[in-house]
Amino acid sequence: MTSTAIIQLFVFLLAGFVGFQTISRIPPLLHTPLMAATNAISGISLVASLVLAGADQGLLSTVLGTIAVGCATANVVGGFLITDRMLAMFKPARLEAKEQPST
Amino acid sequence: MIATGIQLAYLSSAALFVLALRALGQPTTARRGMQMAAFGMLVAVCATLVDQRIVSYEWLIVGLVAGGVIGYPLGMWVPMTAMPQRIAFSHAFGALAATLVGVGEYMHGFHEGTLTYGKTVALGFEVFFGALTVTGSLMAFGKLQELLPGAPITFRGQNVFNLSLFAIGVICLVWLVVSPYDTAFFVAILAIGLAVGVLMVLPIGGADMPVVVSLLNSYAGLAAVATGFALDNNILIVVGALDGASGFILSMAMSKAMNRSFANVLFGAFGAEAGGPEATQAGASGEMVGIDADDAALRLAFARRVIIVPGYGLAVAQAQHQVRELADLLEKRDVDVRFAIHPVAGRMPGHMNVLLAEAGVSYDKLFDMEDINERFSDADVALVIGANDVVNPAARTNRSSPIYGMPILNVQDAKSVIVLKRGRGKGFSGVENDLFVSPKTNMLFGDAKQSITQLCVEVKQA
Repeated sequence: MTSTAIIQLFVFLLAGFVGFQTISRIPPLLHTPLMAATNAISGISLVASLVLAGADQGLLSTVLGTIAVGCATANVVGGFLITDRMLAMFKPARLEAKEQPST
Repeated sequence: MIATGIQLAYLSSAALFVLALRALGQPTTARRGMQMAAFGMLVAVCATLVDQRIVSYEWLIVGLVAGGVIGYPLGMWVPMTAMPQRIAFSHAFGALAATLVGVGEYMHGFHEGTLTYGKTVALGFEVFFGALTVTGSLMAFGKLQELLPGAPITFRGQNVFNLSLFAIGVICLVWLVVSPYDTAFFVAILAIGLAVGVLMVLPIGGADMPVVVSLLNSYAGLAAVATGFALDNNILIVVGALDGASGFILSMAMSKAMNRSFANVLFGAFGAEAGGPEATQAGASGEMVGIDADDAALRLAFARRVIIVPGYGLAVAQAQHQVRELADLLEKRDVDVRFAIHPVAGRMPGHMNVLLAEAGVSYDKLFDMEDINERFSDADVALVIGANDVVNPAARTNRSSPIYGMPILNVQDAKSVIVLKRGRGKGFSGVENDLFVSPKTNMLFGDAKQSITQLCVEVKQA
């Protein structure tokens, strides 16, 4: 195994732990936005698609790359928009109502 | 120099993504967090555009524009009730991008003669997981959108067949690593991945979809990780790992809430076993006692504490707005109204919260199961709307019940219970519900939307 591969495994492991810790703390209230958000973020495969589509490695590669760019962009654009739309709906209580003791 | 700059840009995007997920821990910070993530994405994309490997930009622009045109309606026009299928559809898109990149990179490596063992393993994984996620997600989409029959489709020896196919896929992968230039095996991995995706979702019924959608989220993440390994791209590894972890956590949470072991989920054996005729007679005996809307409304109007338990039936009847109106009317009369949300009240994790938030219910009235369960004993009235199995006390008391052990909302502890139900039939899993025949329970039969509208009218007059 090359040293790059080892470093990548470290990155994977640590990112996995960070993800596990961070995401375990997200309340079920926000699980649907969480899914939409990870969906949007996973559109990061756009960076790989861009390189494939633009590197001029033959027609087929360019075509595959372009489709991949389209798919990933759709996820990024659609994902961030819908997450924002959802999160905008979550509003705290209006200030008036409820002064009574809530036991 | 440029390469270092790009890597540093990726590093900052990774940091922004992690911070965004942290911000998602609270509704107050979530929105800001996601804007940070979107900025991180912009940084990563702009950095990539100056990559020296990119020599022509025409096709990039075509792809970006096309993606934007498809993405905008997917973001702005999809109704909240359609979220589960919308998410499943996006998983297919994301995985398709990963798969195509995998195929493209393999061809490139093939022509240049640069396929190393490490790269081949990564590409094989990428294409396998990617292909599986594409077809699996499309199947899930079809079932959720009701383009395909929602009922589980099973055949004899299904698990054995699926597992052998999976094993053949793994063998092909091993073979490909030994001789990376054997294109036939690469194609075989792709084909098997596509087939496994379809077969995996076939035996799964509509009600079990939350688990599947979360699991596919996880697989899409793994495909991204493999892409990162293949292309030496750390940001893909980081994001893929976050995505994978998220999908994994959600599918664990869902399978726990649905009383199924995770192994059971992984092998897709569920769906078929629920709803068997056995044990349905156990326990539940007695008559359901009906109630009129005006009596029910009086009871609600003069209660001090009311807990509303919305189930999937509420979403089917599209009655979220009526429920919010009822809650507002009751609050005007100084009734303390809360919503108790079971983890699987909806078709995907957290779906019911979004539906109620959309209707204008503030999030501090939405309580998760653990937070509200002990409060049922203080509640004067528990109003159950279109929920059945998640409030069935048999899950606690009846060992022979198929849902025994499933975490439920303690509705039976409330001083009285009103259940809104379409008809006298059984719930989704075909299990009798002791709660419905309990002496404290009154049933209000009819369409949820109409019943609630009627309750609103009566509460106004009370």
